Amino acid sequence: MPPQSLPTQSLRLARQRRQPTLRWPRLSWRAWLLPLLLCAVLELVVRVGWLPEHQMPAPSSVALTLWQLAQGALWKHVAASLARVAAGFSIGAALAILIGTWVGLSQRAEAYLEPTFQALRAIPSLAWVPLLLLWLGIDETPKIVLIALGAFFPVYLSLVAGVRNVDRKWVELGRLYHLSPFALVRRILLPAALPSLFTGLRGALSLSWMFLVAAELIAATRGLGYLLSDGRETSRPDIVIAAILVLAVLGKLSDSLLKVLEQRALAWRDTFLGNGES
Amino acid sequence: MSALLELRDIRKSFSGVSLSLAPGEVVSLLGPSGCGKSTLLRIAAGLDDEFAGSLERNPLLGFGPDSDTGRGGGGVGVVFQEPRLLPWLTVAQNIGFADGWLADDTRIEHLLRDVGLEGKGELLPKQLSGGMAQRAAIARGLYGRPQVLLLDEPFSAVDAFTRIRLQDLIQQLALEYDISILLVTHDLDEAFYLSDRVLLLGGTPSRLRREFPVPLPRPRDRRAVELAFLRGEALTELHQSHVI
Repeated sequence: MPPQSLPTQSLRLARQRRQPTLRWPRLSWRAWLLPLLLCAVLELVVRVGWLPEHQMPAPSSVALTLWQLAQGALWKHVAASLARVAAGFSIGAALAILIGTWVGLSQRAEAYLEPTFQALRAIPSLAWVPLLLLWLGIDETPKIVLIALGAFFPVYLSLVAGVRNVDRKWVELGRLYHLSPFALVRRILLPAALPSLFTGLRGALSLSWMFLVAAELIAATRGLGYLLSDGRETSRPDIVIAAILVLAVLGKLSDSLLKVLEQRALAWRDTFLGNGES
Repeated sequence: MSALLELRDIRKSFSGVSLSLAPGEVVSLLGPSGCGKSTLLRIAAGLDDEFAGSLERNPLLGFGPDSDTGRGGGGVGVVFQEPRLLPWLTVAQNIGFADGWLADDTRIEHLLRDVGLEGKGELLPKQLSGGMAQRAAIARGLYGRPQVLLLDEPFSAVDAFTRIRLQDLIQQLALEYDISILLVTHDLDEAFYLSDRVLLLGGTPSRLRREFPVPLPRPRDRRAVELAFLRGEALTELHQSHVI
């Protein structure tokens, strides 16, 4: 490299370093190796006849079914499921942020609410399904309420823990500058608890997908859960697997979206990145 | 002239300590670890109200958590042992923390220049060295144009060279802005170099052992014989009272 190009080079490097990492996580070829290998083996095993086609369809048949679904009905189901997850997750997470902040701030609120929440949390959320169906019918409401219930607890728990882990010295800074309780929450406690909050949000999002399927399996006429149960009733394992794959893609995409938001919001953190660099 | 800050017969982990801070005066609380000097400073800052005795602040000063003199933390600035910068805010946002969104950018620029951090306002705390972070903390302490600056061992976590530079910076800023300083330290050199009076704390339970006036003009030369003599006297006192 000619010596005169060095300053430009180092300048570019410096600029690159300063930018926070906002890129979508890129998958290397290594990530694709195992799934592709599994597909190839499965295709072979089914084509040779070691597995019956009516129980385990070949990956190529699943791909074909997926393609056919994508020409029509699939988007209706995807849209219905996405809307339910978005509504349930938002409601559950928003309530958890409100109540979690309150309980994190106040020992009195904790004394009143925490034991009840612990008890409610111990109930497997699917146990609510019959009750929700009885109370709210088989419309959209019970599904959204169930997803909200599932999303609530991970966010609530991690936020309370996050607020309680905030460095006392930062809270003291708030006192020194006469911050009102609201300003203390907004300017110190929430930003400091943000790493925990994001952990909770990501856990809540994956639970939301789980509860969505539970809700749609039981009573629905649209949605990916409905597609699953439809596939079972019509003995079409290819439809079931296609629905599972779509759920996996949607779950992964929504988590990646949250991860990008997390990286953006937490660019200030000075933490170990897992690659031998700090 | 009446004192800006007066602590009378303060008892907590120590027995009956009194001190006052006059306008423009620099007073050091010198003593070994655990003698309660940081606690005294926290009491003066209004961060600790569980103590016996009385704390009087000049009403003109209007500071402390019970004061509602408005933005900027009133007439007092505090710099802690560690920079205590909020990691999610830039250096400039940390300096103007008292006013949040309404922070005075011109004032922040001015302070950045004063503490030698010009052009570093947009950096995050994780991008600063220990000395730079402490400079930012000093700038934050000065943001509200305080009449009193409370310093809690502010240079103990930085290296010796940075410490000398920061001590000179504090001396220069105190002269420039006519600020009174209450400095808590366990560094004899630092105490005598910066102060008009040095209060020696020690013993069990801890109490005020002796007061050393430092009648030397400013700016001072840290190699001055008078300073060495005063340090010697303080060491003798510390030995005689079995503090060290």
